[in-house]
Amino acid sequence: MVHWIVAPVIIPALFGAMIILTMRHDTLLQRVGSLVSSVLSLAVAIALLVGASMGDVASYELGSWPAPFGIVLVLDRLSAMMVLLTAVLGLVVLCYAIATNWDQRGRNFHALFQFQVMGLFGAMLTGDIFNLFVFFEILLIASYGLMTHGGGRMRMRGGVQYVMYNLAGSTLFLFALGTLYAVFGTLNMADLAERATQLPPGDEALVRVTAVLLLMVFVLKGALLPMHFWLPNTYALAPAPVAALFAVMTKVGAYSVIRVFTLIFPTTLGAMGGLVSDVMVPAALVTLTVGMIGVLGGGTLARTVSFGVIGSMGTLFLAIGTFTEASITAGLYYLIHSTLASASLFLVVDQVRARRGNSTLHPQAPMGGAGIVSALFFVSAIAIAGMPPLSGFLGKLMILQAIRVEDWWAWGYAFVLVTSLLAVVGLSRAGSVLFWRPFDNASPQDDDFTVVPGTTSSLGLAAMGALLTLLVVLTVAAAPVSRYVKATSAQLFNTQEYIYAVLGTPEERAARAAAEEALADQLHGSDHGAPAHPEAAGHEEGH
Amino acid sequence: MEVLVAVAIGAMTAAGIYLMLRLRTFTVVLGLSMLTYAVNVFLFASGRLVTGAPPILGSLDELSDPLPQALVLTAIVISFGMTALVVMLALSAYLNAGTDEIDIEKPGEQPETGG
Repeated sequence: MVHWIVAPVIIPALFGAMIILTMRHDTLLQRVGSLVSSVLSLAVAIALLVGASMGDVASYELGSWPAPFGIVLVLDRLSAMMVLLTAVLGLVVLCYAIATNWDQRGRNFHALFQFQVMGLFGAMLTGDIFNLFVFFEILLIASYGLMTHGGGRMRMRGGVQYVMYNLAGSTLFLFALGTLYAVFGTLNMADLAERATQLPPGDEALVRVTAVLLLMVFVLKGALLPMHFWLPNTYALAPAPVAALFAVMTKVGAYSVIRVFTLIFPTTLGAMGGLVSDVMVPAALVTLTVGMIGVLGGGTLARTVSFGVIGSMGTLFLAIGTFTEASITAGLYYLIHSTLASASLFLVVDQVRARRGNSTLHPQAPMGGAGIVSALFFVSAIAIAGMPPLSGFLGKLMILQAIRVEDWWAWGYAFVLVTSLLAVVGLSRAGSVLFWRPFDNASPQDDDFTVVPGTTSSLGLAAMGALLTLLVVLTVAAAPVSRYVKATSAQLFNTQEYIYAVLGTPEERAARAAAEEALADQLHGSDHGAPAHPEAAGHEEGH
Repeated sequence: MEVLVAVAIGAMTAAGIYLMLRLRTFTVVLGLSMLTYAVNVFLFASGRLVTGAPPILGSLDELSDPLPQALVLTAIVISFGMTALVVMLALSAYLNAGTDEIDIEKPGEQPETGG
């Protein structure tokens, strides 16, 4: 069972390489390869989730190098949930891209897609923070290719902005890791967590600096204000299926915040205290406001939706930033919901663009098939705005309930409720301009726009339907899902379980040390002069 | 030695950030490369600055930490690849758009692609 933990990384890596090396001349072969890889990943992800829901944290030592010397992959409830979410979204988006011929508008879509998914899986599974950086880079490099897939003047320029912003972010990540290593002398997350509690008092300032640097890197990925500037242009200019996949990329930032700041820098740590909450909660409230005002003011549907994503990240970071067991529970539920809802909205944007040439919020002549697209928009918009009856409402309700015990709860309530209203107004304006106003006689006639064949295929609509079905399932199955995220949150706050799974319990460690000592004595006695500690020389060679 | 390395890292970071805040892609690329140089030296220094010591545990009192050296190697490879990629991307954006300005929004105009 334990070997399957590495499968979500290996499957897309193998298929990605195969697609680029042997299948690149054959469209059908590429599509089949990519689909097989995604289906296999999904199957493994389901198996891993079932395994993780038994409650044990499992750790996989790459190359059998014992932690903390080698790299480990760790599967707990949170990782399993994130991997499954990514696998599901990946498969749906891939189906959409194939159905609408998006994959044929540039080269190497499928290989890049697989590498992107591999980076996402790796980042969610790794238990080593430098390895997290490496997987971030993998997913970013693939995303640079996907973002500019299909080319075009504006998209290339948007791509340059996106790449540069993220390169600066990666540099910041390296600075944070350098400081982290200088303070702690290790990069294994479980080892870091253990050493954080035993630091000499003089290092507190450095610990705080490291924590804030890491926080900045992660919230840059998660588009928390003031690190959100890359998001609107990127998401609005990226190919729609890619933007839909990127919906889970912002969540990687949220995942990293949850992982690092519950495990390594928890609020119980003397050096940290409430520092992270004090920074994150106000930032989240402002993010929420800016995002939803953006929804109100977006000139195109693509930008409206992009700002909706920023708003939902604000809601998510409000829950995460509170850092209580209940708020993380609510945040995790909202995270699943927000990923599916924003992905679905980006696909709606693509349908609108395919049917009327642009998504500018000016009335034009009616588009073909407006009925079904408007229905899909309506459901997705309800979801992202957090209106009943869908899961967005439940998620927001859980978050509001969780923050009720804080001193600042009134602020939280006011911001969440008022911004929800803004979102409703903004989205209904966008919807009525796009879908109702065209039926006025005064609407200008379309110029010579023609629908590109294949872009409006019913298979694509089926993929969108699948996403909305998942949202409905998330709502109907709210009880089991919230039980799962509740147990996840409890597991996150019980860090000892994670540490023991990676480094071994104290008894296991004592036994291992004794065995090593016996081995060293034996080697010295036989006068071979072989190194007593092979691990010391091989120290994290995998990097 | 510590002061010298610290000043070097600081100077490179400052230069990198200044160049990164410019309007044109070429200087921004230079700024990013400068920043990666700074971070590479910084990573190298995170294992403490030691000269003339072997990276082997237990043989001598003083040893140089081999791990940051491995980290720097990874960071160099990644940043080198990234720089190559961003140069190509900036070039094709320039050829596509006819301008190498980073900012893409003009007043009253929101970017939109056809599909």
